[in-house]
Amino acid sequence: MLDLHGYLPFILKGMVLTVEVALLSLGIAFVLGMIGAVAKLSSSKIAQTIAGVYTTLIRGIPDLVLMTVIFFGGQILVNDLGAQLAELSELWGWMTTDSDGDAVPLIGWDYVDVSPFIAGVLTIGFIFGAYMTETFRGGILAVSRGEIEAGHAYGMTPAQVFFRITFPAMMRHALPGFGNNWLVLAKTTALVSVIGLQDMVYNAGQAGGATREPFTFYLVVALLFLAITGLSDIGMRWLNRRYSVGVRRA
Amino acid sequence: MDFAVIIENLPLYFRGLWVTLQLVALSLVAGLALALPIALLATARNPLISFWPKAYIYFFRGTPLLVQMFMIYHGAGQFEWLRESVAWVVLKEAYWCALIAFALNSAGYTAEILRGAIEQTSFGEVEAAKAYGMSTRTLYRRIILPSAFRRALPAYGNEVIFMLHGSALAGVITIVDLFGAAKIVNSRHFVPFESFISAGVFYLALTFLIVWAFKLWEKRWHAYMRPREDTSKPKSGDAVTA
Repeated sequence: MLDLHGYLPFILKGMVLTVEVALLSLGIAFVLGMIGAVAKLSSSKIAQTIAGVYTTLIRGIPDLVLMTVIFFGGQILVNDLGAQLAELSELWGWMTTDSDGDAVPLIGWDYVDVSPFIAGVLTIGFIFGAYMTETFRGGILAVSRGEIEAGHAYGMTPAQVFFRITFPAMMRHALPGFGNNWLVLAKTTALVSVIGLQDMVYNAGQAGGATREPFTFYLVVALLFLAITGLSDIGMRWLNRRYSVGVRRA
Repeated sequence: MDFAVIIENLPLYFRGLWVTLQLVALSLVAGLALALPIALLATARNPLISFWPKAYIYFFRGTPLLVQMFMIYHGAGQFEWLRESVAWVVLKEAYWCALIAFALNSAGYTAEILRGAIEQTSFGEVEAAKAYGMSTRTLYRRIILPSAFRRALPAYGNEVIFMLHGSALAGVITIVDLFGAAKIVNSRHFVPFESFISAGVFYLALTFLIVWAFKLWEKRWHAYMRPREDTSKPKSGDAVTA
């Protein structure tokens, strides 16, 4: 039905990258979301404010704009920082020798290219960390106070209470929101093609240009995204069963 | 940081802002107009009818907007019959391609919101309307749709923000919207931080504006759901009569 002129492996190679970017940024988003949720619920005003600014800013600015800021701007930031550290290092005489025996600054670095892969993963992780913050915050609030108090009464440390009681109990409540965020995140990875990462959207563009059949290739990519979504649905159902063990159902 | 370049280029940003506003407003209006029939068909009891609108919703919500836009902008040229038809006048322009993609996408999301809202109409209201002898048309016009629109309002507010943020993709296909303007400023002066952050500030301000507008709108439309004021005690302004 769809003649891909032998480009299917090329597209699937891009799909592997898409999935890699999605999973890695999900990991970052998960960690940031947990930290953000705990910060929002903490009694520290400073932590609350930082988390509040984070979620408001991220949810108010388009992901594409954030990604370009981090990709292009991050490049400059990293290199400026490297150059300035090297300068300081020379000023204070902190020198060392490199493999050729030349004197080089102890700290600081030469020009580095921020790879689109790292920029993409960091940006998407950073963006969805804000959405996860809201999801996890709601989840934690839904855990019954009694369970947490009982944990404290048993003499558990706050960390133990969090990992043994709050976390497993909140995941059940946070799971639907978590699943939604994941589906949006998976689709957002398409944006990394804009900063030159060779994901499946980028590869579809290449193959479409070479064969003069761009519609076919973008359609295939759209269907592959639907496949990712469909598989995720199955995974979410499994997770849901796992975290709902012991919940009474009608 | 050198924001003098940004001040110099503010007219460009405002031109971009205008294009962004146009794209968002037009695609939302077109999307809503398309969404209503799609949502109504999706609530049909006959699975042969509800299958197609549901497939439409599934496709447009399940695939990235960027891919949808590329399918139209890059993809339309693949078909010779399309290139030779009158439709090509529209499809060769990046602006119209973006607008079509955004409208179709918004229609998918909005239809899902409306479908959910329509299905949640309380049975009692529908039964009462039927008992009054309303025709199906009147039933939809007077009972189901007004209450469904009210229920859909908060979710629709999110869709408007989503569309605003999605519209930045237009900048990818050479359109000079807010993001496109930032791209031009960056390529002319090489100020990635300043140029894109400035665009971000514009988007942030628009987002706040939308959130605020929907809060007002919800306050008005959901007034009947607010807890009643206590009427047993006279208010300070009321005339006290013995």
